[in-house]
Amino acid sequence: MAKVNEISIKIGGEAGQGVESSGAGFSRALARGGLYVFGMSDYMSRIRGGYNYFQIRVSPKPVYAQTDLVDFVMAFNAQSVMEHLNEIVPGGGVIYDEAIQVDPAPFQAKQIKLLPLPLVEIAKKHGGDEIMANTASIGAVCGMVGYPFQYISDIITQNFKRKGDVVVQSNIAIAKEAYDLAKEKYARDCNYRLEPIAGASKRMMPHGNQAIVFGAIAAGCKFISAYPMTPATSVFEFLNAVGNQFGVLTKQTEDEVAAILMALGAAHTGVRAMTATSGGGFSLMVEALGMAGITETPLVVVEAQRVGPSTGLPTRTEQGDLLFGLYASQGDFPRIILTPGTLEECFDCGARAFNLAEKYQLPVIIFTDLYQSSNIRTIDLNAFDVKGFRVDRGKFLTDADLDKLNGDEYKRHILTADGISPRAVPGHPKAVFMTTSDEHYENGHITEEASVRIQQMEKRMKKLEAAKKDLQPPKLFGPAKADITYFCWGSTYGSLREAVERINESKKMTANLYHIVDMWPFPSEKVAQIVDGAKTTIVLDGNYTGNLYQLIRGYAGRTPKHSIRRYDGRPFSPEYILAKTKKLIPGFPLSVETVACDAKAEVLTHV
Amino acid sequence: MSETAVMPVTMQDYAKGAERPTWCPGCGDFSILGAVKMALVQLKLPPHEVLMVSGIGCGSKLPHYLRINEYDSLHGRALPVATGAKLANHALKVIAVSGDGDGLGIGGNHLIHSMRRNPDITHVIENNQTYGLTKGQYSPTSDWGYITTTSPEGCIELAVNTVAVGLAMGASFVARTSAGDVKHMTWTLAEAIKHHGYSIVDVLQPCVTFNKVNTYEWYKARIYKVNDDPSYDPSNRDQVWQKAKEWGEKIPIGVIYQEKGRPTYEDQVTVLKKGPLAKQPLTSPELVNALEKLKEKFV
Repeated sequence: MAKVNEISIKIGGEAGQGVESSGAGFSRALARGGLYVFGMSDYMSRIRGGYNYFQIRVSPKPVYAQTDLVDFVMAFNAQSVMEHLNEIVPGGGVIYDEAIQVDPAPFQAKQIKLLPLPLVEIAKKHGGDEIMANTASIGAVCGMVGYPFQYISDIITQNFKRKGDVVVQSNIAIAKEAYDLAKEKYARDCNYRLEPIAGASKRMMPHGNQAIVFGAIAAGCKFISAYPMTPATSVFEFLNAVGNQFGVLTKQTEDEVAAILMALGAAHTGVRAMTATSGGGFSLMVEALGMAGITETPLVVVEAQRVGPSTGLPTRTEQGDLLFGLYASQGDFPRIILTPGTLEECFDCGARAFNLAEKYQLPVIIFTDLYQSSNIRTIDLNAFDVKGFRVDRGKFLTDADLDKLNGDEYKRHILTADGISPRAVPGHPKAVFMTTSDEHYENGHITEEASVRIQQMEKRMKKLEAAKKDLQPPKLFGPAKADITYFCWGSTYGSLREAVERINESKKMTANLYHIVDMWPFPSEKVAQIVDGAKTTIVLDGNYTGNLYQLIRGYAGRTPKHSIRRYDGRPFSPEYILAKTKKLIPGFPLSVETVACDAKAEVLTHV
Repeated sequence: MSETAVMPVTMQDYAKGAERPTWCPGCGDFSILGAVKMALVQLKLPPHEVLMVSGIGCGSKLPHYLRINEYDSLHGRALPVATGAKLANHALKVIAVSGDGDGLGIGGNHLIHSMRRNPDITHVIENNQTYGLTKGQYSPTSDWGYITTTSPEGCIELAVNTVAVGLAMGASFVARTSAGDVKHMTWTLAEAIKHHGYSIVDVLQPCVTFNKVNTYEWYKARIYKVNDDPSYDPSNRDQVWQKAKEWGEKIPIGVIYQEKGRPTYEDQVTVLKKGPLAKQPLTSPELVNALEKLKEKFV
C-alpha cells in the first residue's frame, strides 16, 4: 500500500546550489495542490560551499514541525548522498545525479533505494547551467510520486518570470524531462504518492519573521532601525521590501547601539517604532533598553535568538536569551516579554506588542529564534487577522487633547493611580517637555531626592500590574487532565504539539502542554495552579540552564519534576521529545528513535 | 499651533520655569547656554518646535536649564536619538548637545556616521578637553602631554581634531567657536542651525575646575576668526583643509566649512515625501487592503 500525501524530503547541497530556493519553490508547488507543508532550512555561516539542507514535510493534515526521519533525499552533491544515510527510512531513497559515484552497500543494508538520474545532463541539454539540475531534481521527485506536472511548471513560470521567457521555458523543459524519466524508471516501485486535494482553501507560507512584520504593519509600525544580524535580518529586509508601500521608514544603522536609540528617538516623537536583532546585537542594546524603561518610551524589540555565548553558532537555533532579556540593563524597570511559537502567534505578538508598548509606555521584547525565523508552514490567509486588529494607544495625547490643556506645564511623568502618565510628543506649544535617563521629577527634570525617586520607581513598576491583566494565560493543548503535563515557550510549541498528539494517539498514556507566549510579567498564579494540578510536569527548554524552568521556580514558586533540554544548535523535534520523555517517565508507551547526539543535560529530574 | 508660530519669540520663552544650572562658577557652559538661547531667539524658533537631545556629562545638562523639548539620553548617544527623532518628525528643529568625551569618545562611531549621513541636525560639542563630571580625566581632545588622574605621566595619545574629522567624514557644515566670545558663538550657532544638513559646532571652553592648561587666557591668545578674512571661502575645500590642520599656536574659529545644496538624509527618503511620519495615520482601510493583498505573495 502506497503512502499517500505523507512524505518528508531533504534537499541537500552546498551553499550556492539553490538548496533553499529549490526547497521554497517545491514547498509552494505542493501547497498549491492543497497539501499541508512544513519547510525548514538548515544552513551554515558561509555564502558558498559548506553543507546546507532544506527539509519539506507534506501531510494531508496541518503539520507544525519537521521529523527526524525522512523518506527521500534530493542530493545536489556527493556529500548530500551520504549525509543523511541514518535518517532515511527503509523503502525511502536518494535521488542524485548519476555521475556521482556511490557505494551501494550501506544503502542496500538499510533497504534504501538509490535513484540516480542524468540530472546535470538534462539541465545542460536544455540550455541550462549545471545548477539547474536542482530543477531537474524537483521534476524527478514529482514524476516518481505522481504529483501533476502543472504545479511544477506554474511555480517555475512564476519564479523565473523576471529572468525572461527563455529561462522559464528552459527550466520547464528540464523539469519535464526529469519528470518523465523518473516516472518511467522509478514510479512503479515507489511506495509514495502525492495527490492534490481538490477544493482546499488557498494557503500562504510565510516564515516567522515575515509573520512578525505582518503584525507590525497591521499595528501601524512606521519605523525600524536595525543592523543586519542573522537570524533577525529578514525582519528588517522584509520591511525594506514593503516599506514604501506601507509608509515604513527603514534605517540601517552603524551598529545596534544606534539601532535601538534611533528607534527610541522615533518613538519619542509618537511614531510606532521597532528594532530587530539577535543576542549579540541585543547585548549592545542593553543600556538603551534601560533608557526606554526610565524615560517611559514605547519600543518594540524583536530578539531572534541564535546559539550563544558570543558568536556561538551563528546560523543555528537556541532559546538561550530569555533570562538575559528579562534582566538586561542595570536597575529595575518594567518590560513586557512575548514568546510566540507559531506563525499565527508571531503575527499576533508582532501587532499586539505595539499596543502594549504604547499603553504601558515601556519596552516590549518579542523573543523568537533562528528556527522560527526561517521555517515556513501552510496557513490560511485569515490566520493573520489584519482587519480585526484594533490600534490602542492608551493615554496618548493627540493635538486636540493638548489644545485643551490649561497652563503650559505639561508633566511627562506625572504620578497617576495606575502609574501611566498621559503621553504627549514634542511639537505642541502647550506641551514643551523633557524627559531624561536620569531619575527625574514628574516634569522630567533631574533629581536626586529620595522621596521622588521612590515615587517614580513605584510609578513605573506599578504599570506591570495593569499590564498583567492585559496579557494572555498559558495556552493549553491537549486534554485538561493528563498523565504528563509539559511546559514550553517560543518555537518549541510545534514539535511538542506533535509529540503530545502522538502520546495521546497511543491510547496508553495521556499528555497535554502549556505554551507560555505572554511570558513577562510572568503568569505566576496560573503556572503554580497548573503545576499543583498536574500528575507530573516536564519543562522544555532549548538551552543548557533551563530558562523557563528557572522562571517557574522563581516566580511560580514551584519545582517542576523534570526538564528536557537541547543545546546542540538544532531545534526540538517530536522524536527528540518522545525519546527523552521515555528516559524520564516509567512505562512510557512509545519507542521512538531520535538522530540527535547524546548530551549530558538533555534530561534532568529535579524532584 | 500656527497662531503661536507668528508670535515673537523672546528670551523669556526659553527661560520660563527653567532650572538653575548646577555648573561650577565660571564654567564655559553658562555662556554657551546664553548663546544657544540667543541664537534660537534670533532665528525666531519657538521652544515647542525645537527638540534638544543631549548625552551625559556637564555640557549635556544644558537643555535642563532652558525651557525646551528635551530628551536627555545616554552618555555618547545623543546623535542616534536625535537622528531617530528627526527621521520620525522632520518638522522639528533638532539639536544634539554633547561634550568632547561624550561626542568624540564614546559616541565617536555615531559621530562619523552622522557626518556622512547628513541629517538636518545641529550638533554642539562643548569641548573642554577634559572629563569634568567624573572629576578630571583626559578626554579625546586633550593635548599630548596633558596630565590628569588617568594620565599621570601626561597624555600619550594625539587629540582628535574635530574640524578635520568633519571634513574627512563628509560633514556639510563644520564650525568652531569659543565660549569666551558670546557674540561669535551666537552667530556661529545660528549659522549652524540655519544650515540644511548636519552641522557640527566645536565649542572651545575651559573647565575652570579641572583643566588648568586650556584656560580662557590660553584660548584667547590663540584663536582668530577665519570669516574676518574676506578671501576665506568656506566652500573651497583646499583652503578649508589648510585651516583644518591648524591647532596650537593659532586656532581658527568660525564657519570653517560649508557645503550648501547637498540633500539631507531626510530629503532622500521616499516615505517622507508625504510629510513627517509622526503625522501619518497608523492605519487606514487602504493599508489593511494592501496588507491583505501582500498575503497573496506567500501563496
